[in-house]
Amino acid sequence: MAKVHISTTVNGQPMDVLVEPNDSLLDTLRDGLGLTGTKEGCATGDCGACSVMLDGRLVCSCLVLGAEAEGKTIDTIEGVADGDGLHVIQQKFLEHAALQCGICTPGFIVAAKALLEKNPNPDETTIRYWLAGNLCRCTGYDKIVRAVQDAADELASPA
Amino acid sequence: MGDYAYAAPASVDSTIELLSSSADSGTRTQVLAGGTDVLVQMRSNDRGPRLIVDIKQLAETNVLTIGEDEIYIGAAIASAILNENAELKSRLPGLVESADLIGSTQIQGRATIGGNLCNSSPAGDTIPALIANSAVCHIVGSDGERNVPVEDFVTGVGTNCMAPHEFLLGLRVPAPKGNTGDAYLRFIPRTEMDIAVAGAGVRLTLDDSGTCTAARVGIGAVAPTPLLVPEAADALVGTQVDAAALDAAAAACSAAASPITDKRGTVEYRIKVVGVLCKRAGEIARDRAKAS
Repeated sequence: MAKVHISTTVNGQPMDVLVEPNDSLLDTLRDGLGLTGTKEGCATGDCGACSVMLDGRLVCSCLVLGAEAEGKTIDTIEGVADGDGLHVIQQKFLEHAALQCGICTPGFIVAAKALLEKNPNPDETTIRYWLAGNLCRCTGYDKIVRAVQDAADELASPA
Repeated sequence: MGDYAYAAPASVDSTIELLSSSADSGTRTQVLAGGTDVLVQMRSNDRGPRLIVDIKQLAETNVLTIGEDEIYIGAAIASAILNENAELKSRLPGLVESADLIGSTQIQGRATIGGNLCNSSPAGDTIPALIANSAVCHIVGSDGERNVPVEDFVTGVGTNCMAPHEFLLGLRVPAPKGNTGDAYLRFIPRTEMDIAVAGAGVRLTLDDSGTCTAARVGIGAVAPTPLLVPEAADALVGTQVDAAALDAAAAACSAAASPITDKRGTVEYRIKVVGVLCKRAGEIARDRAKAS
């Protein structure tokens, strides 16, 4: 297969990578760029584990071709923390024990961050609907919702 | 068997040229918009190699205009963009809701109405809403362009009227002008993110006395293709869209349905429910028409 050369910006860094025409963006991130924080769950857009931001919009990277990333800006879980300093949402996930096995967690954090950037003060229903495309089989969701609510509160009035 | 390949042509002409030359050489092609169906198909039961032709780079497929007479929705416009457009939402709330029903936040960021139509599933949620709104497919190909009413576009389960050298550029929807309302409802066993068991879209225009002067009803998931139901519209025109008229329209939808029994619902259930959905969507469309 003729590989496709793409130039893209990932977490603020310009990157060049060769992709197979049928590679997903998820394949490109994990296998081409070594960014394995983004997880594969279902590979059919149902579970949200592979959530990333593509030109500022939340998408499932399993439903985007790597080749489609040409000229685009991608933000992944690896870009959420500031060096060793966790993002508030990450910190709140730890404090609320909003993760167990952890496979869904990068997707939830990327999706929750996208929500709070769009709507800094979401109510519980809004959070649950926004995160409905992220599946977690461990926590039962309550702890995740509480972590996101707490993160929103802290971002609104930093302690 | 060839290999997979990817192309994102920069112009409509070069897209048509690529589709035509591929058809002539026997290369399988698939047009890519949001990809939320295409990539799933590539990973499930249909893995054969093909040339993926991405139409998202074309300026023409990214057009969203709300004109005096016509609303034009480019084939690459994602559902999230429709939903964020307050004017579109107020003009065609039912159509926007039908797109908003499809998938999660992540899916909404990619999925398009054009793709939902071209995927041509019997249960595609936007299709009955497009039919109710008299939407027309703007198709381009090596023979030029043509306009096909949405109710004539889908020809069977997963098939449509486009030739291999053609693709959907956008959808033309007649702009509602006063006293007009639309609505789409579907039934699923969960609160969201499921495939319709049945769906119904209604668009109505009323006169100043509240009498219905024009109506269109589309139904989905109850036949091999989404259907226009003229008998349901006839039951509404000339009435006050009261309970008796809505019951008659519901009966017409049930009579037009020829569903299958599958894990989502039985024949009997779908026939009953599509009528109920028509009635309820009709009530919403009527109230929106009065408020418009």
